[in-house]
Amino acid sequence: MKILVCISKTPDTTAKIAFTDNNTKFAGDGVQWIINPYDEWYSLVRAIELKEADPSTIIHLIHAGTADSDPIIRKALALGGDEAIRIDADSQDSYYIATQIAKVAQEGGYDLIFTGKETIDYNGSSIGAMIAETLDLPFISHAVKFDLSGSTATVTREIEGGEEVDQAPLPLVVSCQKGMAEMRIPGMKGIMGARTKPLKVVTPAEVDTLTSVVSFDLPPAKSGVKLISPETPEELVILLSEEAKVI
Amino acid sequence: MSVLVFIDQTEGKIKKSSYEAATYAADTAKLLGTHAEAIVIGDSTEDLSALGQYGIQKVYHCAGADVSHLDAQVYARIVSECCTQHGATVVVFSANTSGKAIAPRVSVRLKAGLVVGAIALPETSNGFVVKKSVFSGKAFAHVAINTAVKVIAVNPNAYTITKTEGTATVESLSNSGSAGKINVVAVNKVTGEIPLSEAELVVSGGRGLKGPENWGLVTELASLLGAATACSRPVADVHWRPHHEHVGQTGLAIAPNLYIAIGISGAIQHLAGVNRSKTIVVINKDPEAPFFKAADYGIVGDAFEVVPKIITALKKLKGIS
Repeated sequence: MKILVCISKTPDTTAKIAFTDNNTKFAGDGVQWIINPYDEWYSLVRAIELKEADPSTIIHLIHAGTADSDPIIRKALALGGDEAIRIDADSQDSYYIATQIAKVAQEGGYDLIFTGKETIDYNGSSIGAMIAETLDLPFISHAVKFDLSGSTATVTREIEGGEEVDQAPLPLVVSCQKGMAEMRIPGMKGIMGARTKPLKVVTPAEVDTLTSVVSFDLPPAKSGVKLISPETPEELVILLSEEAKVI
Repeated sequence: MSVLVFIDQTEGKIKKSSYEAATYAADTAKLLGTHAEAIVIGDSTEDLSALGQYGIQKVYHCAGADVSHLDAQVYARIVSECCTQHGATVVVFSANTSGKAIAPRVSVRLKAGLVVGAIALPETSNGFVVKKSVFSGKAFAHVAINTAVKVIAVNPNAYTITKTEGTATVESLSNSGSAGKINVVAVNKVTGEIPLSEAELVVSGGRGLKGPENWGLVTELASLLGAATACSRPVADVHWRPHHEHVGQTGLAIAPNLYIAIGISGAIQHLAGVNRSKTIVVINKDPEAPFFKAADYGIVGDAFEVVPKIITALKKLKGIS
């Protein structure tokens, strides 16, 4: 059984969001970069659990990015995984990235491809479905539970107002979210071991870019909170009904 | 040339987010000087011609047992074929769980640039640029789609539904390909509750409520308002409330008209999930709670005293004694 786990790099959840170069680039200087939480806490950890249940499982991590990403790839390897592949490419176009990953995935012959449900920076929610389409595989999104029995996966996914339990044959692409696994912290043994695990760098293939970011902007600041006395909270009801007109 | 919108259903009924997507598609069509059409996959209990009230001229309906549940692989093929056959240049989805599974596949099939999370109509004065939410609602990106065919998934609660007069013609469509590989073995719906992602009003509780036994305050206020209930991450982590109620950076991102936060301090990760709400009310004992900076209305006070008074006032407003 071979699992491919897609790893993305995002700013830390508490990072200040600001832009440079005439609002065309995220101001990344001084920002702490992390593994996209959905990729780390849910998809990678669930893959590691599957390997713990069946030690013959092989986990490969894949990332598209420049050498700046190597520290977060090593951190992912410290959590688990046998080797990592970095596609030496940087793009905000999901078609470009997904096609690059799909090409590597095709050669690797994976049974299972995991992604996070989205990245917390561009919130595209697209890579998993795009890889699946490129490889003509079934895809289950927003998975909160994943179990394997032979070559059949049973996956619980979130739907609006509830959950749905699906069964699908491998190979399969799954996007993961909260519930799949519990967050882990790499141990000393993992950190030491990660240093010598293979990190293969591959040259990107010729792929078209279909979209481009023109500019970024920030939402207007709130004009300030209107405080209501705790003695007369019924005033809130009047304001919501007559001023904000939301109830 | 036309704009095609995918209409998502649950148990044969059209979702509210799909009416938003239909309005978005109709308005985009107007902008481009063309008309909007819709595609519905799976059996429906609705009068699909009524989609005309949302500006849709024609509905393609693909029904039958082999498309009775969402299989993104199958649905994406049907939508893509319909798009190509009828010459649509823009394909619109709601960015809900179904849309996020299908739209990227359609994008690959048609080699059409994709934007997920659109919050406004495209700008067409210089190219085709779509404004979308990024950094979990903390910023916006203006993204140019540089291909002949464009795929857009619109964020739920980001675009206002317009309903007028009109009737759409309905044409049936057959699934020419094979059935999917995914079998649905169970569906567990939380019945009687409003789905959080579609709710217009949301009442949310945090650690300030001290324990699950005090949630009656949140649920009573919510049921009076017809609101959905939500919670902060620490509350879901200690299982005071179910995980699907967790809103924030690693939970659900929502954009209701009204978000009432009770006993939530407003950590940056929580704000990321709710800052697209149109009106934010914060009730917290701590005047230094960071949430007040993001709020429209605030009450610095004890929730256990304040909320019952709000409930009484609401009952009076609604004429319930």
